[in-house]
This record gives sequence, C-alpha cells and structure tokens, in this order.
Amino acid sequence: MDMSYCFLQNYWWCLISLLGGLLVFLMFVQGANIHLVNGALSPLQKKMVVNSTGRKWELAFTTLVTFGGAFFASFPLFYSTSFGGAYWVWMLLLVTFVFQAVSYEFLNKKENLLGAKGFRIALVANGFLAPFLIGTAVGTFFTGSDFIVNRSAIMDMASPVISTWGNGWRGLDALAQPHAVLLGVVLVLLTTILGALYLINNVDDLDLEGKMRKTIRFAALPFLAAFLGWTAILLCKDGFAAGADGVISMEPYKYLHNLVQMPAVLAMFLVGVVLVLAAIWYGAFTQRRRGIWFGGAGTVLVVMSVFFVAGFNGTSYYPSFSDLQSSLTLANSSSSRFTLFVMSCVSLLIPFVLAYIVYAWRQMDKSRITSEEMKVNKDLY
Amino acid sequence: MDAVFWSRLQFAVTAGYHWLFVPLTLGLALVMAVMETLYVVKGDEFWKKTAKFWMKLFAINFAVGIATGIILEFEFGTNWSNYSWFVGDIFGAPLAIEGILAFFMEATFFAVMFFGWEKVSKRFHLISTWLTGIGASISAYWILVANGWMQNPVGTAFNPETVRSEMASVEAFFEVITNPVAVSKFFHSVTSGWITGGVFVVGISCWYLLRGREKKFATASALVGGAVGLVGAGAVMLSGDISGIHAAEFQPMKLAAAEGLENGGRRVPLSIVPGIEVPGMLSVLATHDIDGYVPGINDIINGYTDGDGNVVPSVAQKMEMGKKALAALAEFRKLKDTDPAAAAQARSVLEENMQYMGYGYLNSPEDVVPPVWIVYWAFRVMVGLGMFLALLLAAAVWYAYKKNLYSKRWLLWVAMLSIPLVYLCGQAGWIVAEVGRQPWTIQGLLPVNVAISNVSVAAVKTTFFLFLAIFALFLVIEIRIMIGAIKKGPEVEPEN
Repeated sequence: MDMSYCFLQNYWWCLISLLGGLLVFLMFVQGANIHLVNGALSPLQKKMVVNSTGRKWELAFTTLVTFGGAFFASFPLFYSTSFGGAYWVWMLLLVTFVFQAVSYEFLNKKENLLGAKGFRIALVANGFLAPFLIGTAVGTFFTGSDFIVNRSAIMDMASPVISTWGNGWRGLDALAQPHAVLLGVVLVLLTTILGALYLINNVDDLDLEGKMRKTIRFAALPFLAAFLGWTAILLCKDGFAAGADGVISMEPYKYLHNLVQMPAVLAMFLVGVVLVLAAIWYGAFTQRRRGIWFGGAGTVLVVMSVFFVAGFNGTSYYPSFSDLQSSLTLANSSSSRFTLFVMSCVSLLIPFVLAYIVYAWRQMDKSRITSEEMKVNKDLY
Repeated sequence: MDAVFWSRLQFAVTAGYHWLFVPLTLGLALVMAVMETLYVVKGDEFWKKTAKFWMKLFAINFAVGIATGIILEFEFGTNWSNYSWFVGDIFGAPLAIEGILAFFMEATFFAVMFFGWEKVSKRFHLISTWLTGIGASISAYWILVANGWMQNPVGTAFNPETVRSEMASVEAFFEVITNPVAVSKFFHSVTSGWITGGVFVVGISCWYLLRGREKKFATASALVGGAVGLVGAGAVMLSGDISGIHAAEFQPMKLAAAEGLENGGRRVPLSIVPGIEVPGMLSVLATHDIDGYVPGINDIINGYTDGDGNVVPSVAQKMEMGKKALAALAEFRKLKDTDPAAAAQARSVLEENMQYMGYGYLNSPEDVVPPVWIVYWAFRVMVGLGMFLALLLAAAVWYAYKKNLYSKRWLLWVAMLSIPLVYLCGQAGWIVAEVGRQPWTIQGLLPVNVAISNVSVAAVKTTFFLFLAIFALFLVIEIRIMIGAIKKGPEVEPEN
C-alpha cells in the first residue's frame, strides 16, 4: 500500500477520534439535562439548567453532525454498513436528537401543544438515550456486529446491496451484548458527571452547586465500577486483528496488546483517566469550579485512546462476527487517497474553527448564569 | 410498493419539509443583518428593536431547520446505503467540509446573536449576526456541491476495485466544487431564500399595517425585507436562466419533462400552459439561440443528433452498453486475483461502456422518463409564482419607500396572503429539480433502485409515518408559536 495513503487513513482516524472525544465531552449538555429529573431542584434551578445547556446544545449537536459527516467522508463503507444495517439504533438516536433540537425553542411557549413538561421529557430522554446509544454503538467496535459486505453484489439486479445486516433486529441486537451495553452505561454516567461539573462552573447558585456536588458523589462509584469493568473485559477479551494482507483473525488479548504496543496511546489513556478522576475529586470533594475542564480534557484523551485501540495496530475497528472477512479496517473502508488528501487540507482550518468557538464561548460565559438573570433577561428559554 | 418507494417517499418528505425552513433562514438572516447594521451605523435603537423582533422569528424557524437537516444526513446512510458507499468518496467530502466550515460557524454565532445582546460588544454582536447568515449560506454551497454532482457527475471515475466513484486527482476536487450545475444551483437556491425572507417580512409587515399597528416598524421592515427579496428575485431570474442552459446540456430529459416536450427539434416553442405557446422561445431559453436544437422525450428515448452534430445513442443502445459494462465488471471482479490478463481485458470493456453503466440496471427505455405531468406543472407553478412575487416585492418596496404602503389596502392583503405562495414556489422548484432527474440518484450512473439499503418495507414504512407525525406536530407548533410572536409584535416584551 502507498504509505502516504496509509498516513492519510491514519490521520483521518485521528480526526474521527478527536471528534468522537469532543462529542462525548460536549454531551455534558445531555448529562446536565438528565438532572432535570432531580426532584431536589427547584423550578428556578431547572430553568437555569435549561438556559445554561441551551447556550451550548448546538455545539454538541453540530459536533455529532460533523462526526457523522467526517465518518461518511473518510470511511464511507462504515457509514453505509452501520447506518444501513443498524437501522433502528440510528433512527432511535436520530429521533431523540430531533426532539432535542426543537425542545429549547418550544419549551416555554404556551402554543407548544405538548406543554413544557412534554419538551422537558424530550430533553431528559435525549439526555439518557444519546450517550447510551452512542456508547453501545461504539461498544460494538470491540464486540463485533452481524453483517456481510460483498462489493460484487452491486452487479446482482435482484439484490444489489453491498452491505447487508444478518438479522432482523437491525442494530438492536447490540443490546444483547453486555460488553457493548456496558459502554453505553459508562457514557450515561460519565455525561451525568460532566453535566454536573459544567453546571457548577456555569451557574452561579450555591444551592444548585451543592446538589450537583452531591450528585457527583453518588454517580462516581457506579461510573468507576462500570468503567473499570468495561476496561478489564476489553483488555482480557479476544480482539479482531487485521494482518498485513488484510485477512482478519481473532487474537487473544488483542486490545491489551494494542495498548502495550502503542505506549503513547497507553499514556494518553492513563493521563485521561487521571484527569477524569481529578475532575470527579474537584467536583465531589472540593469547592473548586473548574473540574469540567479537567473532566473535558480527560474525556477527550480517553475516548481518543479507545478509538486508537479500536483502529490502529492492525485492528478491525468495525468487525463482523458473522463473516470475519467482511470486517472493516482503516485500509479497506476509507475514501480514496485524493479525497482524504483534499479533506486533510481543509482540516487545517480546524484550529481556526476551535479558536473562534473558544473566543465566542469565553465572551458568552464571562459572567455566570444567575437567578437574577432569569428574572430580568428577556432572551431566555 | 417496495422499500425503494417508501425510502424515496421518506427522503422526499424530509427534504421537502427541510426546505420549508431553510429558505426563510437564508432570507431572514440577511434581512436582520441589514437591520442590525443600520442600528450600529445609525445608533438608532429603533433598528435594534426591529432586528430583535425578526431574530425571534428566525430562532423559531432555525430550530426546526436544524432538526430536519440531521435527518437527511442520517437517511443517506440508513436508507441509501449503496449510494453512500458508491458516492461517499465524492459526496462525503462536501458534507464534512460543510460541517467543519459552516455548521460550527452557524451554531457558535447563533448563540452569540440570540443570547449575546447584553454579553458582547455591539460590534461583535453585529459580526455574529452576519456570520450566522454567512454560515448558513456556506452550508448551502457545500450541500449543493454534493447535489450538483448528483445532477452532473463531473471530476470522478469509477473504480472497479472498490466498486465506487472516486476522485481521480486533486484537480478533480476543484472540478467537483466548481461544477457549473452546483454554482448555478447555489445562487438559485440562496437567492430564492432571499425572496422567501422578503415575502415573509413584507407579508407580516402588511398584516400589522392592515391592523393599524406598528406603522413605522412595519413600513421600515417592508422596505428592507422587500429590497432583499427584490435583489433575490433578480438573481433568481439570472441563475434560473443559467440553470435552463445547464439542464439542456446535462439533463435534457429533465428539460423535456419540464416542458412536456414529446418531440424536439430546432425553433422549439415554449409551452406557457397546454395550448398556449411562444414560438421558438424554448430554443432561445435552452441554447440562447432561436435555431438551437432541443431534444424531446421521444428523441432522447430513440436517439438523436444534437445541435453540434453529435449522435446521441438511443436509451436501448445505452442499456445494451450498460449491461456490457455490468457484465465486464462482474468478470473483472471474478478474475482480478486469478487471471490478470483476462481481468485487464474485462476492465477495458468496462471502461469502454462505463459512461452508460447505470442504464444497465433499467428494465425498459421508458424508465428514463420522469413523471412528466408533475415536473411540467411544478415548473409552471415555480415560474408563475416567482414572477408574481417579484412584482409584489417591487410594489411593496416602492410604496414603502414612498411611505404610503399603509394606504394601499389591496396590496397589504395580497402581500399578506402571498406568504404561503412563496413556500409553494420553493417546493415547486425542488420538485422540478429532484423529480425531474428520476430515475437517477446520480445522473446516468446510479438509478434509485440500486442506491438503496437492504431494509425491510415494514421498517421504512414505520419510520416514514413516524417522521410524518413528527413533522406535522412540529409544523403546527411552529406556526402557532410564530403567530403568537407576531401577534405580540415588537413592542411587547417576550415571555420569560
């Protein structure tokens, strides 16, 4: 294989991993909205929560769209296989995000037909389901899915579809894979903690802050147990190895080997875990408000390292357990060299995009949200 | 009715629904950016209040536009999985660039625009308002690059190793992004959005004037909105003319269907409605030459010699070559690892016939004819309403400039009642563009029945009705909230 092509495929997997990491971090929006079910929060505090996440939800939403678009662009065979196959999972995720997108605008309008409660339920449902479904879908990167890829099918007039799913559950079958589901649970708990850390940072309300710190203390143990459990299973299980000739085979302790053989990724993973732990510590046991930044940086590092373990070092990142040789690797599922090259040039603008996002964010968050603002500001959700 | 039918219906309803909200986003963004600029330049609080009122309506509309946009992205994969593999190498790039360059710009600066009045400087707020609109327009450009490529697939080559269309070189990328169909579609779509924004603002302003409310606000809004719409109307006519030339060159069947032209030739008349024609006019519009040759539906099916003397094969011949291409592709894939010489021979046959590979999937030559009556009448609705709305905007601008718009009650009524017409006009435009290119997902390369996912009819039917219910719910809520906000007007404090 052309080395520069290989480099471009790896580069785009790094970008996909970065977008994945940023998406999970930005899902603090979903995590914060989960707190709307917390009966200890007053109506005013719930309003502050909605208005706090309401100023950031579009970033998370846009990151999801860009994550999907980048996957489509750089690894289109994954897009066509997973989206066309795991139909119900993606449709369910889609519906929760569609409702989330309108909920902020519709929530407190008396003409909204479903009432404020209806759209608050939509925000909470998105809060739980989005991290759970995305986590479970990513979990199948390590458990495998039931699909077959046959490029020659396109000449078959009767059944020309290249990627076919092996069962009628259309992605819901992932719910029968405990390891994949566990990652979904990990993400729900993580985003709940990130959401609480974000609210501590963004909302100026001591009572709400205390409730969020208490929530972090409650969520921390289940999160750590689930995360460590998922990691332990990952490191002990057989993995889907891709040989230099592209042949896929099962390899005992494949993901453990990946971490050991890629020390930089191991370091990234460990630093990320330490940062998340530090964030939890800050949130649960100190009065510091900057835990979200540690948690965010740690989340990005951990998610990136998980993606690296899934895709690098001769590994199939989207394996098929029903037909091993249909498994997707960076090499067999990517766009052409020219497309990856052109998009890589465009990706050089990403730092510029991040810079103006950070600038705008800082401008908007110079002052924290207060209960007083909820009474006098007219531009509220 | 099979999964192809339901997937097409689902995508058509989603795209049509999405297109209810996008034009208003594009148009209102420009209107309120101009208003806020007047506020910053003149320092007059009146313009701030005016801009803020239209921003409130913009935000309501924007939310549903975003919500429906993501559905389209997902459906490319969920319902059109072969398509997303076949074209992912080309289509995915504009989509990813759209995300990186446009979506983040819109998302970031929308939040500043909407919530930042008291948090950022006046100048930064103004820049944010402009960037929200610019982001929306950049977004439109990239998605229309993708759509334009589907109408006129330039700059790519089919790779039998990977079984998809690929960019053949870096230069090909520039060919894709400067595809003339994409460029004219971009200007046509974005400026038609300005008309939508203009008619929307003028119509609502006229409602206030009919009720004797907000006279200064309504007159000023009608002037700015009408001017934006009028500029849009001029640009739409120009880009529409160019689109006609492109249709004649790249999609002659679409043009023939839009004109209901069964048999073509030179000096072809333009059908206004059945029975009323303008002699030679279609040749002028399609080729800018009264003697220009325009093929009809039967010519395209049976083959013809175009105006430059090139012989265009019949559809039956194209189907034959397409089947040869498919057979050669199958042969190539069977032999590529075992018999390189025979595989090379098969590849050569494939390349000779590649241009017509998509035709190999057709069952009969008549399959290339889109539903003529839909395209024919949609085209007339689009053009007829477009011309009417341009006149309406011109009248509104004139009387608003003269400051006596409020006294022209007939115009106030017509403008107010025209708001639904601008949406009808936009929908008709998309019907011409998208129904007119049937049966192709990608012109000449990939028919819709091959672009599909392997999803059951029951699954697609379920999601179709689910989305239909969601869309109906959102539309009713959106209209109710809009009406509520309009009734309150710019003088009333928004609810907390």
